[in-house]
Amino acid sequence: MKLKVGLMLLVVIVSVVLLGPLFAKLDPETIHWDDMAVAPDTSYWLGTDVMGRDLYIRTLQGGQISLMVGLLATSVSVLIGVLYGMLSGFFGGRVDVIMMRLVDVFYALPFLFLVILLMVFFGQQLWLLFAAIGCYLWLDMARIVRGQTLMLKEQAFIEASFALGQNNKNILLKHILPNLKSVVIVYATLIIPQVIMIESFLSFLGLGVQEPMTSWGSLVNEGANNMELAPWSLWFPALFLSLTLVGFNLVGDGLRDRWDPSMKQS
Amino acid sequence: MLNILVKRLLWGIPVLWLVLTLTFFLLRAAPGGPFDQERELTSEMTQLIEQKYNLNLSLTQQYGQYLKATVSGDLGPSFQYVDYSVNELIGLGLPVSLKLGFYALLLALLLGVILGVVAALYANKWPDLVAMITAVIGISTPNFVIAPMLIIWLAVSWQWLPVGGWSGGGWSYLVMPVVTLSLPYIAAIARLVRGSLMEILNQPFIRTARAKGLSQTSILFKHALRPALLPVVSYLGPAAVGLMTGSVVIEQIFGIPGLGRYFVQGALNRDYTLVLGVVLVIGGMMLLFNLLVDLLYRWIDPRIDLELDKKTGASR
Repeated sequence: MKLKVGLMLLVVIVSVVLLGPLFAKLDPETIHWDDMAVAPDTSYWLGTDVMGRDLYIRTLQGGQISLMVGLLATSVSVLIGVLYGMLSGFFGGRVDVIMMRLVDVFYALPFLFLVILLMVFFGQQLWLLFAAIGCYLWLDMARIVRGQTLMLKEQAFIEASFALGQNNKNILLKHILPNLKSVVIVYATLIIPQVIMIESFLSFLGLGVQEPMTSWGSLVNEGANNMELAPWSLWFPALFLSLTLVGFNLVGDGLRDRWDPSMKQS
Repeated sequence: MLNILVKRLLWGIPVLWLVLTLTFFLLRAAPGGPFDQERELTSEMTQLIEQKYNLNLSLTQQYGQYLKATVSGDLGPSFQYVDYSVNELIGLGLPVSLKLGFYALLLALLLGVILGVVAALYANKWPDLVAMITAVIGISTPNFVIAPMLIIWLAVSWQWLPVGGWSGGGWSYLVMPVVTLSLPYIAAIARLVRGSLMEILNQPFIRTARAKGLSQTSILFKHALRPALLPVVSYLGPAAVGLMTGSVVIEQIFGIPGLGRYFVQGALNRDYTLVLGVVLVIGGMMLLFNLLVDLLYRWIDPRIDLELDKKTGASR
């Protein structure tokens, strides 16, 4: 049920964000001097902002950026987390203790504050945004993958491959990695909304995506600054952002309930 | 017990040192400096300023000096707020942030537990459905979306509450920031409580209590609630961390003079010492709070062995 509703929501949002711009008649950066802060009507479907830019196309383009950052930064954190957790769990013993201690230390760091600093100082590049968010969110994934790897390592088929003289690399890539797939997918789905939230949080503070590019976070920021003059410039980006997050959260929860009943929450 | 406490406190020292070092070199690697201005300063003036703030020394020397001063409890002078030391600024901002965070946590616990209990008692009936849909929406709506909406309705349209500001933290200034800050945590706690309470209500000891003829209320309050709250206690650590970062935005939106705002302003102005001080205080509070949560957890459920847990690195 959750899964279905979430998936439907996401399909609708993603297709609107990807296909919607095809129907747009206006350019996102053109300033319409005579139509500043116009409420939604037939020519400006979602109204214009205080600078006279069409909000329909800006909201959809912002959505493309937000979703792209979400997917890319999630891949960064999944890559780091899976690699780290797999190695830690596979080698076990001393290596495991040290690697997990390090994760403990990272947990204790006020990471988001460091990310904010990073964005303040070097913040004009989009790739840095992916890297910074990705580096922030890999810890949970590393722990979960490590636990799973420890469990897999004890199983008969892995022992058999050791006995057959397979090297570590082959066992890791051919036997352990494929068996981690479902867990990784479930938790990756739960990372995406966190990433989108952080990206919009940074953009809201003016530290994320920079003009003339835009994202839902920066649109919400602009909207919040001008909400008395043009409240619709807050409503629509906020609605898109929240619905997307609801969608990802529902899909993540649903997948987790289905594949990982031990972690069932609600 | 005392042993563990001392060990955990000692464990905090390398962590804080790491935080400090990372932040220090990150700040210095950044382009721009605290005294960059439109107008070029004369070389003598620059020299004087650099001398005053030790900026003429090499980076490692500055790092050593800062570390030494910090250990003795002196976080140095602020670069931007002339005549204020960072200690004084933190002394001004920390109580404000703590007050905000405390009330937000309190509200989150209170409402979250009530919502969760109601949802679990009416599992899969309409109150449950309503509570859980609200929870998903609450988790998925960023606080910087909720804050402007509240301002539009409560402050601008209906004029019930002030738009922002602090003025000593009177309740009318607290309502909107606290509600906004706590919403996602209300939702998360409600979900946790619902899940664990439902599981516990199916356990044999609850069935025994029912068979004994105990009333629903006494089963709930005397037997079921305490174990059901365990996951909430372990969630308090991450929640407190989230509240601290969340308050950066909230303080910005509502114009509250707390640590979060100092941090953002300090970073924008390259106020090295202020940023370092704030990061250090927040890192320290995170460590302290996690320690408190662990102790609380152990107090509620003595079966938990903190030592063992650290070794396996298992997350709770």
